[in-house]
Amino acid sequence: MTTILNRLERSVIDDIPSRPVTRPVPAPATIPARGLDISLSGVAKSFGEHKVLADLDLHIPAGQFVAVVGRSGGGKTTLMRLIAGLESPSTGRLRLGERDVAGLQPDVRLMFQDARLLPWKRVIDNVGIARGLGWRDKAEAALADVGLAARARDWPAVLSGGQRQRVALARALVSHPGVLLLDEPFGALDALTRAEMHALMLRIWQARGFTAVLITHDVGEAIALADRVLVLREGALALDVEVPRQRPRGHGDAQLAQLEARILAAV
Amino acid sequence: MSSGRRSRGGRVLRRLGGAAAAWTLPVVLLILWEAAARTGLIEARTLPAPSSVAVALLASIEDGSLPAHALISTQRALKGLFIGGGIGLVLGVLTGAFPIAERFLDSSVQMLRNVPHLAIIPMVILWFGIDEEAKIFLVAIGVMFPIYLNTFHGIRTVDRGLVEMGRVYGLSPVELYLRIILPGALPSILVGLRYALGIMWLTLIVAETISASSGIGYMTMNAREFLQTDVVILGVVVYALLGKLADIATRLVEQWALAWHPAYAVKENVR
Repeated sequence: MTTILNRLERSVIDDIPSRPVTRPVPAPATIPARGLDISLSGVAKSFGEHKVLADLDLHIPAGQFVAVVGRSGGGKTTLMRLIAGLESPSTGRLRLGERDVAGLQPDVRLMFQDARLLPWKRVIDNVGIARGLGWRDKAEAALADVGLAARARDWPAVLSGGQRQRVALARALVSHPGVLLLDEPFGALDALTRAEMHALMLRIWQARGFTAVLITHDVGEAIALADRVLVLREGALALDVEVPRQRPRGHGDAQLAQLEARILAAV
Repeated sequence: MSSGRRSRGGRVLRRLGGAAAAWTLPVVLLILWEAAARTGLIEARTLPAPSSVAVALLASIEDGSLPAHALISTQRALKGLFIGGGIGLVLGVLTGAFPIAERFLDSSVQMLRNVPHLAIIPMVILWFGIDEEAKIFLVAIGVMFPIYLNTFHGIRTVDRGLVEMGRVYGLSPVELYLRIILPGALPSILVGLRYALGIMWLTLIVAETISASSGIGYMTMNAREFLQTDVVILGVVVYALLGKLADIATRLVEQWALAWHPAYAVKENVR
């Protein structure tokens, strides 16, 4: 029931810009959706006796690009699953925008480590998986945004790893989410493809203005992409630093190198 | 005619070559068999020559008995397949989807599965006599289990990551089922269907041989009484052809339903 209501709400929100009264022109996919701010107050999560997150207070302003780094088992994935609504906090409150939330949110989209495309659906149907009114036009626009408009009729099996992640990105963008969660989506890609994906990610984030939370092992990636880097260690925030804002960021930058060293020390 | 094909290039030639290789052994065996029968090496009553089987084939087509028997056998096979396969599919979906259904049903089904279904023929005859129901019932019992097992297994092994993705992207439980879980289980269900088709013919042959007044099995048993060995052989050949036909049909279904799957994608030199 709630799913139906959510879907209704989402398609109503989506359809305001995308349904011109006179001409059936697909909505330009670059309409900046407002990002949502994320607030965690006193959030803790335990699995049985094992405490994964301890009493976390965190505010992420709307439109910020945050990277969360840390060792495996440090709680980053749990933090992300909490924000996604795949897990619920043992204690504490989670707010998105103006609302206290629990459970899955239509405003939050998630990109996984693997692309998780349905192999039996063509690319376009994967992108438009949530359906809703006018989904095909929206899916086509999102595919064009990630540069894969020409592959709409292909099976996922024939795409390269980077292309699959781009399809997954398009799928996440179709509904103009306020929050995009990225669970190491570039981890399995080769260095060149990863750099391309970084550039694409930044371009789309800048055009759309959603709030982005990136989970990553790679401190270099965190610094290259994010406005702010959080280090999670043993379920608590060990470091919370801003990254100087200029973009694009050169690799030789001394200030960034210093920051990287600081983050590595905290991990 | 063949020169026209050749001009279309090496691909067709290679395909013909492949087909020729596949047919070499059967053709050589047929020729040897025919020669042995003609020279009296094999007695006609033991194993009639292929040519006399061919004559029997033409005769039975002409008097309409073979088409009639083949039709009734195929009808029984399909009815049994739909009833048994349908029950197996529904049970498999239930136990695959709901742990509570698994707890209630699975161990009982597994127990029944281990009973050779042909062992209950005496009971089936007591229940249904030698009517149509008996044969359809046996076929249904036979095909139910492979479809049940493979449906259950297919649903259980659907990638959990895809299901989680579907939940994050707002699919309702029904949509999750129709768009992710069932399509994900389909390759396994089709494997079950292939097994079921084999069992379907096997069961039908046995059932028709034991108790029937029509069908290919009846035709061969009847021929045995009159020592028409050629008709008996003809019956065997017809069963082989029907089985092959069923196999081709499943392969077409697989190619259509699993077009996305790299292992099933229609390739250039499909046989």
